[in-house]
Amino acid sequence: MSTSSQLLSRRAFGKLAAGVAATAGAGALSACAGGGGKPSADAPLRIMAINHVWSQAVKRSIAEFEERVGRRVSMTLLTADQLAGSYNVKLNASGTDVDVMMVRALQEQLLFGHNGWLADLSDRVADDRFAWDDFQDAPREASVTAGKVLSVPVVTERPALYYRKDLVADLGGPPRTLEALMEGARELTRRKDGFYGYVGRGQRSGAVSQWSSFLYSYGGDFVVDGKSGIGSAEAVAAYEYYGRLLAGSGPPGATNMSLEQALPVFAQGKAAFFVDADAIYSSFLDPKVSRVRETVGFAPFPAGPAGAKPHNIPSWSLGINTFSRLRDEAWEFIRWAAGPEMSAALQKEGIPGARTSVWSDPKTLSAFPPQLAEAMRINAERGVGHDRPRVLQVGRARDIVGRPLVAGILGQSVRPVVRDADAEFADFLVRDNRHKES
Amino acid sequence: MPATETTETRGVAADDRSATARTRRSAPSRGGRRQRTFEQANRRLKWAMLAPAVLFVGLMIVFPLVFTLNLSLTDAFGAVNADSAHIGLRNFGDALGDTRRFWPAARRTLVFTVGAVALETVLGLALAMLMRKPFKGMRWVRTVLIIPLLATPVAIGILWLLILDPTNGIANHLLEAVGLPRQEFLGSVGQSLPTLMLIDVWQWTPMMTLLLLAGLTTLPEEPEEAALMDGANAWQRFRHVILPMLGPTLATALVLRAVDALKTFDLLYATKGAGGGSDFEVETLNVYAYGLTFDYQEYGLAAAVLVLFTLFIIGVVVLLRRRGGRKNA
Repeated sequence: MSTSSQLLSRRAFGKLAAGVAATAGAGALSACAGGGGKPSADAPLRIMAINHVWSQAVKRSIAEFEERVGRRVSMTLLTADQLAGSYNVKLNASGTDVDVMMVRALQEQLLFGHNGWLADLSDRVADDRFAWDDFQDAPREASVTAGKVLSVPVVTERPALYYRKDLVADLGGPPRTLEALMEGARELTRRKDGFYGYVGRGQRSGAVSQWSSFLYSYGGDFVVDGKSGIGSAEAVAAYEYYGRLLAGSGPPGATNMSLEQALPVFAQGKAAFFVDADAIYSSFLDPKVSRVRETVGFAPFPAGPAGAKPHNIPSWSLGINTFSRLRDEAWEFIRWAAGPEMSAALQKEGIPGARTSVWSDPKTLSAFPPQLAEAMRINAERGVGHDRPRVLQVGRARDIVGRPLVAGILGQSVRPVVRDADAEFADFLVRDNRHKES
Repeated sequence: MPATETTETRGVAADDRSATARTRRSAPSRGGRRQRTFEQANRRLKWAMLAPAVLFVGLMIVFPLVFTLNLSLTDAFGAVNADSAHIGLRNFGDALGDTRRFWPAARRTLVFTVGAVALETVLGLALAMLMRKPFKGMRWVRTVLIIPLLATPVAIGILWLLILDPTNGIANHLLEAVGLPRQEFLGSVGQSLPTLMLIDVWQWTPMMTLLLLAGLTTLPEEPEEAALMDGANAWQRFRHVILPMLGPTLATALVLRAVDALKTFDLLYATKGAGGGSDFEVETLNVYAYGLTFDYQEYGLAAAVLVLFTLFIIGVVVLLRRRGGRKNA
């Protein structure tokens, strides 16, 4: 007892309390510390990436990079939503536990740049060995925010028209215009019960990026001269067209369909046409998930009243976390993963990259079905460099822009919803510009 | 008079203590000092033992609450640590004046909770009554019953999403097989919320059953036997004997389940995605606040919605407890 009494005398108790506080404080400080010196040689380079064929292929070759840089690499693959959520949590706390960030240049870059979360790569990409000029114009332009290069595109994407070769033979082949697509889809829906002429994304926010090609091909855009463009006659026509297409020829429950729901409908042979990213073509050639392996065809995006204007965008890019303590190593990774050699090697595996040199080399296109390679080439030539509004709050913008799409698919009158959404989008743009300037 | 007795007793005890203190002061002994030091140490030891818990509560509960409250009074946008200005209660005004998203979300939160919990209570009570007396295969039935409780809500969401898929799901094949029309289920704006309520009922009725079964097994048998002797039928015994005695257990189960149902997020997000579907058809306050935070990065407004949501939950709990207390009185 005397021992415990001595230990817990007033002075001892004071020391104990101070010790606990100091330990807790030190722990909290070390956990929250954003700066500090260079991490030890054992500290891994941390890469967060989307679970995508590109990331999986790079992960398979990561030992080569580890040997080159002399540092262990930790690569975490997540879904797009998980990745966005993780960045929000980590970077709001100025976290240093991510070095290389895979980002969607058109979804997150403006906001991350506004927050100062992405390091400026302008000087680094100027290195001749990196050949920055070799990147396609549209993806390269999307990498620049406020005059600074904040990311390097690694995967590009355009819409492809997937169709059933066995069903379009008597329709004169794949549709070349949006009107022909509508007629073909209606005709094929009529022919067979439980079969759908067209399947595509119908979710309010998820459908916006694919609908963008329809909008451009009708002559519209999300923002025209800094103001809302979704109330224009062209945009209304594009809304009405997309609504009619899915309402008249689409499967039930289309408004709950994003890529994950629409893709299996086409892969299971229950739809004749499907417009979605060209990067997903391999899903239809995989015998484990596809019943249309022998019958799927690929065509360029059909022309609307304003011609064929599909989007051609950098779907995924690489950036460096501003708070990273391994920025040089992170850049080494980007230089390696987005370099000409790796881009060519990945494109040979069927993963479409952003460098013009790999697109002009026929050898790198050998992995793609010839019809698809041709469709990709044509779409890239005609491509518009964005598939969603270029604003800080892309999520809110997509929710507003997508409302008339849902109304159209549900068979409601589109015009009143467009009027309402147009007014809301106009207000939103004013607020968004105010945020940009703040 | 008990009050006088207490006062007197206290007086005697106080006298004893002062006498002891006088004795201690006048004749300090080694044993007395040791006793005093031990008492002091004991008092401090109490605080030393409590310190980790107090520190934990402070760090994990009080700090986030205060932080959220403070955030709700700012115009924080883009990043939590970005420059922001205090704007008073404007976020609360904006949220409460928002008839497009906030109030419909509040209504859906209430509809989902009341609908799902009411069904779970009725079904849970019915199952608990059936399982009250031992029967052959009871263990097997109880094991099967808790299976939905073991799965994570996200896994359950994906499982039902596949089963109820309007085009490829097995549910529509079964409906067609028995001659019923195909349904859109989660693909339909109108059917989504009722479908999700039924999925919630499927998952959480077993918990209500287990809680109520535990309550039923503690009830004395004599009142029911007496009612039986008086000629009460099964419904009368249940309505007038068992149900009143089960009141406290029922009230606790209702509060626990209602609070949990109010906060449902995973199931809704896994099946309908951001914003609770294309027409915001299953967007509850929780889903709305998540969207404001992670999709819109409007941290100030999101914090205000969360504060209002917390007050809403507290209000529901107080209401349920008051009603439960009145019934049990």
